[in-house]
Amino acid sequence: MHKINQLFQKDLKVINMGLESFYKDLKEQDVAVIHMNWRPRAGGNPKMIDLLNRLKSNK
Amino acid sequence: MQELIRKANQQAMENLQKARPTLMGIGVALKDIPNMDKKTILHAGPPIKWENMSGPLKGAVIGGLIYEGLASNEEEATKLAASGEIKFDSCHHHQTVGPMAGVVTASMPVWIIQNKAFDNYAYCTLNEGLGKVLRYGAFSEEVITRLKWMENTLAPVLKAAVKLRGPIDLKSMIAQVVQMGDEGHNRNKAGTSLFIREIAPYVVLTDFSNEAKSEVLKFMHSNDHFFLNLTMPAAKSTMDPVGNIPHSTLIYTMARNGTEFGIRVSGLGDQWFSAPAEIIDGLFFPGYTKEDANPDIGDSVITETSGIGGFAMATAPAIVQFVGGTPQDAINFTTSMYEITEQENDAYKMPTMNFRGTPTGIELQKVIETQILPIINTGIAHKDAGVGQVGAGLVRPPMKCFEDALEAFVTQMAKEGLLE
Repeated sequence: MHKINQLFQKDLKVINMGLESFYKDLKEQDVAVIHMNWRPRAGGNPKMIDLLNRLKSNK
Repeated sequence: MQELIRKANQQAMENLQKARPTLMGIGVALKDIPNMDKKTILHAGPPIKWENMSGPLKGAVIGGLIYEGLASNEEEATKLAASGEIKFDSCHHHQTVGPMAGVVTASMPVWIIQNKAFDNYAYCTLNEGLGKVLRYGAFSEEVITRLKWMENTLAPVLKAAVKLRGPIDLKSMIAQVVQMGDEGHNRNKAGTSLFIREIAPYVVLTDFSNEAKSEVLKFMHSNDHFFLNLTMPAAKSTMDPVGNIPHSTLIYTMARNGTEFGIRVSGLGDQWFSAPAEIIDGLFFPGYTKEDANPDIGDSVITETSGIGGFAMATAPAIVQFVGGTPQDAINFTTSMYEITEQENDAYKMPTMNFRGTPTGIELQKVIETQILPIINTGIAHKDAGVGQVGAGLVRPPMKCFEDALEAFVTQMAKEGLLE
């Protein structure tokens, strides 16, 4: 049996990184799952990312 | 650049952690608060003109003018306030903080707090209790009568008692209340009780009548927020030496005037970064709804700025009955605040967090990076002047204050030739 199939025959413990709906779907199926509280840096705001980068650059 | 910021923030944090706020006594605004005069009215939050003030702040100004005898009714007070004869200024510009509307007028008694580590002072009025009170914009006869009683009985009795007792170490007292279920902003039950325990033996030794002494003790006993007006100036005296440190990105002031929320960043001096204040999400007293609420108001958010209040919610699970949510939410709020702060507090330790220090020292870059805004526990004022408190809840500052501050900080660093 392929290794990946062996994995799915075991009890899964899942950490979800990304869309929360994946976490909710698994939870509804009684799979042990933890959702990582994550969001893109500076909420993805390009102006704020640029300002942060300028402060982090070495002069 | 990051090394420069790191060193500046380290200095700012050292100043914050070293603070030793101490209650020295009770004075009078006119005599003790710097640059105060009879026609100056101090208010909470960033500076604001009369025409832009919200209902509760206008109400408190009206009450303040009636209390000072500068006007005899609402109409006269409104006319005087709009005439340009009265100078309005932010409490924060006068080493002062005020809860909710934060109105301070010349004759009001004030707590005098000294930060013994840096020899700087902070001032705050005495707490009036809940419901129809000046700080929520109420100005009816009962409000003015209470303020007069506070000036003529409460303050003189407590002033004499503090004199007999000697200075009270507020840092140690706040450290104790944080272990007794208070977070120091919206829950001050333990602090008020502890203060009564400290002061009562000296109240009875003063020369005032038994009736006056009893009234004073009963007043403090009936007001669970009496200690708030001590945690606030303690926090203010702690945070002032954190300000004006070149290249520091620590937030040393957060405050709201009921129209705008303002912050100040240590490395950017006295400049305010303001944006429209948010509506509070919370629980309302019977008969009131969100429609009645005024936007966020008051200097009491100086507690969160210094590392208590909403930041220490985990230690005050009972608070959720007052502001909504569950005890687990309280733990989650505190835990998330570690993401945007520099250190754990050396003195304020929370039993529910395995005696971890409260998250302390909000750092500007972390707020923008994570998009996690400071969490604030607060009261809700009615939007109309003269009504008073209508609930309590949780609120966060507008992100715009932090975004504008970051932009200004980068511009400043570029001006200094420290950035490309």
